[in-house]
Amino acid sequence: MTARTLFDKVWDAHEVVPETPDTPAVLYIDLHLIHEVTSPQAFSLLRSLKLPVRRPERTLATMDHSTPTASDQVFGKIPITVDAAAKQVAQLEKNTAEFGVELYGMRDPRRGIVHVISPELGRTQPGMTIVCGDSHTSTHGAFGALAFGIGTTEVGHVFATQTLLQRKPKSLAINVEGELRPGVTAKDLILAIIGKIGVSGGTGHVLEYRGSTIRSLSMDERMTVCNMSIEAGARAGMIAPDEVTFAYLKDKPDAPKGAAWNSAVERWRQLASDQGARFDLEVDLDAAQIAPMITYGTNPGMVLPITSPIPDKRGDEVFDKALRYMGFHQGEAMLGKRVDVVFIGSCTNGRFEDLQAAASILKGRKVAPGVRLLIVPGSQQVKQQAEDSGVAEVFRAAGADWRESGCSMCLGMNGDTVAAGHYAISTSNRNFEGRQGVGARTLLASPLTAAASAVRGSIADPRELL
Amino acid sequence: MSPVTRFQSRTVVIASSNIDTDQIIPARFLTTTTKEGLGKQLFADWRYGPDGAPLPDFVLNRPEAQGAQVLVAGNNFGCGSSREHAPWALLDYGFRAVISTEIADIFRGNSLKNGFLPILVDADTSKWLLDNPGARVSIDLESTRLTLPTGVSVTFPIEAFARHCLLNGVDELGYLRSQLPMIEKFEAAYP
Repeated sequence: MTARTLFDKVWDAHEVVPETPDTPAVLYIDLHLIHEVTSPQAFSLLRSLKLPVRRPERTLATMDHSTPTASDQVFGKIPITVDAAAKQVAQLEKNTAEFGVELYGMRDPRRGIVHVISPELGRTQPGMTIVCGDSHTSTHGAFGALAFGIGTTEVGHVFATQTLLQRKPKSLAINVEGELRPGVTAKDLILAIIGKIGVSGGTGHVLEYRGSTIRSLSMDERMTVCNMSIEAGARAGMIAPDEVTFAYLKDKPDAPKGAAWNSAVERWRQLASDQGARFDLEVDLDAAQIAPMITYGTNPGMVLPITSPIPDKRGDEVFDKALRYMGFHQGEAMLGKRVDVVFIGSCTNGRFEDLQAAASILKGRKVAPGVRLLIVPGSQQVKQQAEDSGVAEVFRAAGADWRESGCSMCLGMNGDTVAAGHYAISTSNRNFEGRQGVGARTLLASPLTAAASAVRGSIADPRELL
Repeated sequence: MSPVTRFQSRTVVIASSNIDTDQIIPARFLTTTTKEGLGKQLFADWRYGPDGAPLPDFVLNRPEAQGAQVLVAGNNFGCGSSREHAPWALLDYGFRAVISTEIADIFRGNSLKNGFLPILVDADTSKWLLDNPGARVSIDLESTRLTLPTGVSVTFPIEAFARHCLLNGVDELGYLRSQLPMIEKFEAAYP
């Protein structure tokens, strides 16, 4: 039998009908994650066709994008201040009740960002196909699942049939060898990868992250890497499951138990790419060469080592427009630049290890005057872990604004925004124009860099504060 | 969905590369629970000033852009989020196709499901279109050809099944539901 990649194996196991020149494959979907923003029109479609959600037990709903992060609003002491968001939340409650879908609702202690809670609950498992009306669904690839974002029409297709029509993407191996240096995180690694292959370098491909560096990452770190696969244009990003994966999943509430666990692990061990499996493309990186990274422009590929000056690409239309928007000039140092807001959170860097990393810098220090540090846990469970471990107390003592979970300032559709012209160092995934608020200027970086910059009041190299 | 076959239109050019879905439709407009009316917010942050008044320099606000149904854009159009609100907004505004040298995967899929044509062209054709805003082009989905006013005609790639569905007004969900016996058989054998 020909050697197959991890991606091939997961794809093959879910082909209900193989693709032909005239028709795409019918691909079975194991887990469908939904949230309030991209599902309402799909529920309307079901209603208009008088169809049920075919497999509600394979569907998990939560609310995260448009939900507030202020406790008073989350726990109902005051109404949600954004009217349209309140309606969207109410609509999801109505839709999930009507169609029998399990909802981790506003006041549920297990609520959170959809890509944080599904792994936490043990719903995300190796070898699965997982989809969600959200491009950062690629996060779940960290477990060796084939996970990708879909549009609302496709959300309707999965509701009605538990399948999707798909052409098989190509494969791209990202081989990373060596040890990351102190102060260099999984976020810096994925930013370096995007800097290397570009924001459309992965278009039409599923990435597989491989090599000793990847194997040495924790699950939280692997999720950070896979999360931003879409920022390179890739459909999905995957990492072969191993002992680290199994240790993370063991005893999670929805993970298999007892004999079922043992047989699941046996199955999962078979998923790794076979020796000699061919990829359509391969890219190599040396982990030791990677420094803390920061973006300087308006897409995640406009990124550089934090100690490097802004390059001179004048005449390149994207570069010129981005620098005008950011108020930067070629040749300037990034270190020492003004920071108004620091945002630590999101499906990229809102997990407990991310918060621990931030706390390691913030412990015994204060947020610089004039800087707003907003820290938003990825889920209510992450919030609880931070409270129980003393991490939350470090944040409060440093003067941070410590919130309830949600997507928050990553996309500014829930009341948490950055003001026009202000500079925000964010641990999130997109530095697009206006992403965090109209006119907001975003610099993407790791939780360590974000925390160090909050303390210094300007862009700072975290290695100086470790 | 009504069938899409061929149409002619003038183009509007937004030459930027990497036009992301946050530019096409900013996230703050995604609190809607319907598909309608998003055209007003298309490219909102480029199109309107802080006071909500149209910015006269932005191409969609110029008289010559009115009524044009084809958008010509730089490389890697539609990157970013999976929001289907992006093609909904483009369609609601009145666009029927976008032409670029590269179009992001999820956006392309979402577009085809709504009858909005993502048309990939080579660098030379793209350059001509970017240099000649307002050109009257003809798009024929049957022959998958884009014809420029110069008479130059190029074919564009489009997924065969999506093309079939668009030409014949076939509903993809209807097709998927016709596969339900296969899906049930698959599930019965599934671990």
